[in-house]
Amino acid sequence: MSDAEIGRALTDRAYSQHRRPPRKRGRGTTFRKPSAIPGFGAALGFTWLYLAVVILVPLGAVVLWTGSLGPERLWQIASDARVGHALRLSFGLSLAAAAVNAVFGLIVAWALTRYDFPGRRLIDAAVDLPFALPTAVAGIALASIYAPNGWVGSIIPFKVAFTPAGIFVALVFIGLPFIVRTLQPVLADLDREVEEAAATLGASRAWALLKVVLPTLLPALLTGFALAFARAVGEYGSVIFIAGNIPYVSEIAPLLIVMRLEEFDYGSATAVATIMLALSFAILLFVNLVEAWSRKRLGHGR
Amino acid sequence: MELKIRHVSKDYGTFAALHDVSLDIRSGELVALLGPSGSGKTTLLRAIAGLETIDEGQIFFGGTDASRTSIQQRNVGFVFQHYALFRHMKVADNIAFGLRARDRSRRPHESEIARKVKELLELVQLPELGDRYPAQLSGGQRQRVALARALAIEPQVLLLDEPFGALDAQVRKDLRRWLRAIHEETGHTTVFVTHDQEEALELADRVAVLSKGELQQIGTPDDIYDRPATPFVYAFIGDSSFLPIEVRGGEAVLDRSVLPLGQLSAPDGQARLHVRPQDVVLRPTGEGVSGRVTLLRRTGAFRRADIEVGDARRRIEAQLPPELAITEGDEVGLHFNRFAVFPSDAPHSTAPN
Repeated sequence: MSDAEIGRALTDRAYSQHRRPPRKRGRGTTFRKPSAIPGFGAALGFTWLYLAVVILVPLGAVVLWTGSLGPERLWQIASDARVGHALRLSFGLSLAAAAVNAVFGLIVAWALTRYDFPGRRLIDAAVDLPFALPTAVAGIALASIYAPNGWVGSIIPFKVAFTPAGIFVALVFIGLPFIVRTLQPVLADLDREVEEAAATLGASRAWALLKVVLPTLLPALLTGFALAFARAVGEYGSVIFIAGNIPYVSEIAPLLIVMRLEEFDYGSATAVATIMLALSFAILLFVNLVEAWSRKRLGHGR
Repeated sequence: MELKIRHVSKDYGTFAALHDVSLDIRSGELVALLGPSGSGKTTLLRAIAGLETIDEGQIFFGGTDASRTSIQQRNVGFVFQHYALFRHMKVADNIAFGLRARDRSRRPHESEIARKVKELLELVQLPELGDRYPAQLSGGQRQRVALARALAIEPQVLLLDEPFGALDAQVRKDLRRWLRAIHEETGHTTVFVTHDQEEALELADRVAVLSKGELQQIGTPDDIYDRPATPFVYAFIGDSSFLPIEVRGGEAVLDRSVLPLGQLSAPDGQARLHVRPQDVVLRPTGEGVSGRVTLLRRTGAFRRADIEVGDARRRIEAQLPPELAITEGDEVGLHFNRFAVFPSDAPHSTAPN
């Protein structure tokens, strides 16, 4: 470098230092560490704003409305036998449907991901149909084929449509895609070598599945379970057509809310809604904690 | 356990991954399968384990034909390149996996398993890490756990696929020495795959060189390096240059003049003369094969010279002592301490580069 060049470099440096003073850190941002990934502030701010507008404000309104009823009235509604039955039915069947989907959805996802067969893409696309179909259409279709004189209903020895069993069928129908779609990417990423390692160590196929593959799938399975369950609890459209809606027998909690609304009994409606909200939140939180724990064991956590 | 591989072939469609490979591995021997990528070395290793089916041939474990038995029955210890540890299990449970997977009648008692795991953790020098998860270990530590897991089942043969491929240079060197020590201690018949010739030569009792699905040569590191059987091995192992020549009546002919190399055993016809840089010695002009120095550069303890020979100006590389007084453009004579001549149409005559 010539003298002139060195001189220029030095002034450039001095100039840039002058123009860009060292950034001040740590003022008012106690939890924000300097990071190579920009945009933390903007992303977090937007997240809060979006959550507030889309979720927190509407749900907050429900809770506030319920709060204005007073504890006595709230307890009266919550302990009502009909409400209690509807809630038990909704949550019980939703959990059962999600559990059944967890098993059969796993098999479907397994077949779709691990094997290639004619029509695979067609079946793969069909899995999403419960997402796309208007729920009322699904409900009417299910009700007609599971009715005592329907295709399926006439074969099955017991009554499905217009009983809790019918509700269960509808909830399984709408929940399936959640399990399949959450499992597929994880199944596709499964390390073949891990299964091969199990085989070289003498493990039978069943033992390898049980001890090596399933634990790896557990976090995704739980996510899918939580999603399917959440969807099932709130499901209304498809269920009311197949349920028969008999109080104390096949009446689900969302239907009860709609009925109270139609009677202009907004207090009761929001009270039931708040109870559902609290129960769902508790269950989802629990599932998420189990999932986080199992994910951490897999070495994804920190 | 003695391992016999007999005429093994395997095709993937039209691509022959293995072509009529026969190989004997003696009991307690440490053998390297060496070759460039696509040479079939990993396919052969996986075929021994039963992870790959073979189209033709047999693989004998001792006296029994293992080629039609299942992976589980073969009882081989396989160490995968990326370890393939069970991420949701602690290190100790990983090692115990093979013992716990046995059916009830052959499964050792839990206390026996715990004792064995402890013993293996000590063997691989990780006695404190049994309670960790694989994610909490370094690459070298994971490799050791993978080895301990494979050894736990007391395998008939130990197979390692690129055992040090994913590790950095220093760890590699340490683990190499350590693996050799473990081999001496346990005495398992061991086969490992590598594309690193230095690793193969340093670690193995014998090296099997593969190219394009065919076995080129098997021999001790000295055999492979000093007495390469095919042009491929000559070119693949170490540095070498070659000179196209013609063999006429047992004499090497270049540009119509006979090279003073003595009597050759090669048949008449077009041929290639292979020579390693360290086997090239410079003589005064007029002696040996004449050439001209075109490039000189210092490489560590030696000097590398490019010397052009013949009308076609083929380049021969020479490794010279740095104190030798030559400059670029000098006319020199070349003497080859050791060289090999292969007919151009010999099988496996296609050498890399």
